[in-house]
Amino acid sequence: MTATSQTGLTVLDPTAEGRPAERELTPRAETLAGLTVGLLDISKPRGNVFLDRLEEHLVKIGAGVERYAKPTFAKPAPVDLRHEIATTCDAVIEALAD
Amino acid sequence: MFARGWTDGLPVVPPTEARVERMLSGTSRNPADLVAVVPPDLVDCTVEKVAINAVMAGCLPEYLPVVLTALEAVCTDDFNMHGVLATTMSVGPVLVVSGPITKEIKMNHGINVLGHGNRANSTIGRAVQLVIRNVGGGAPGGIDRATLGHMGKQGFCFAVDQEGSPWISLSEDRGFGTDQNTVTAFAGEGPHILMDQKSRSADSLTRMLAQSLLGSVSSRVVMGIDAMLVLSPEHMARYRDAGWDRSRFMEELANHLMVDADSIIIGSGGIEEGLPQDFAGLSLPKFRPGGLLVVHAGGPAGLFSAVIGGWVNGPTGSEPVTKEITP
Repeated sequence: MTATSQTGLTVLDPTAEGRPAERELTPRAETLAGLTVGLLDISKPRGNVFLDRLEEHLVKIGAGVERYAKPTFAKPAPVDLRHEIATTCDAVIEALAD
Repeated sequence: MFARGWTDGLPVVPPTEARVERMLSGTSRNPADLVAVVPPDLVDCTVEKVAINAVMAGCLPEYLPVVLTALEAVCTDDFNMHGVLATTMSVGPVLVVSGPITKEIKMNHGINVLGHGNRANSTIGRAVQLVIRNVGGGAPGGIDRATLGHMGKQGFCFAVDQEGSPWISLSEDRGFGTDQNTVTAFAGEGPHILMDQKSRSADSLTRMLAQSLLGSVSSRVVMGIDAMLVLSPEHMARYRDAGWDRSRFMEELANHLMVDADSIIIGSGGIEEGLPQDFAGLSLPKFRPGGLLVVHAGGPAGLFSAVIGGWVNGPTGSEPVTKEITP
């Protein structure tokens, strides 16, 4: 692909020339009560502190909680883990840390 | 081109068809050949796309094989370019070129080696970063989340001074032959000067370098983060005089890089950062085995070396990757 400037200079496209796939968001839940919420720890220090507090709150309002952890914070979550969360949970919260 | 988001903030050379064709003459590869799957968007990248970005960066055609190989290195799972981009730590690819090609393409391994002023040094790393940005989608503020960053992220590439070194090169130490052209990619921050102007013995200089290296990235981190030591000619002269080879130096240095864990345990010295209590009583090496990469480069005068601190190492972070440059 090429692009032409206002001065008439034609250059080749340095990008991937792709467009990100657009997907519709899953409908947002009115309430988390009765739903299963995945809590994903990215495996950095003190992420568990935040997620423990969230779990307490979620349990109080009647949500089910599933805990997950990435093998390392330094890489994207593995496909299998993402698939497991997507098929088990109605919602997911990913924790930052430090 | 800046308005389209195609540049790193500096002007670029417009990649016209004629310029890209000329760039492609620098490699025997087919323009449509796949070079790498580029993070973070995991996009198939062809030789032609690399050539377009190399033109923009200001490369000459003869640099293209180095750019292609460097891109292959940073796009490996081991190097983990996605993580290097996404981390809030201020690291980027540091590219070290070794072998006869450094002379052929007039790379700098001397005065101001880690700075500006040489076309090959300045544009090869820039071309790689432009590919990461334009093809892979890894731009600052997007997937690149560095809190501070550093100017070397514009492109950080230099040659080693092998002729002036009494030691085997880093490349040879990593299993390659003397005459093989290689690129080593290391996830690193900006260089930090290590000054020792008084040591005249190998032993004294080694102790001083070790003392400085203990603070690399954080004095409270051991084994988890690698570093690259750029040893300058005048510092190397101490080891030449003493008859130390690379392995003797690494051994002696390692002896001075042992850390008393009690001194860096959480809470020690009134500091909340540090190792968990489980490590109490242990003596630990600052760097994991193979976690300190040593290269020889720099101007002929000046009793300074430099450390380039790394990022999370090993399978959970980034491994240094060395690849042979092919035409």
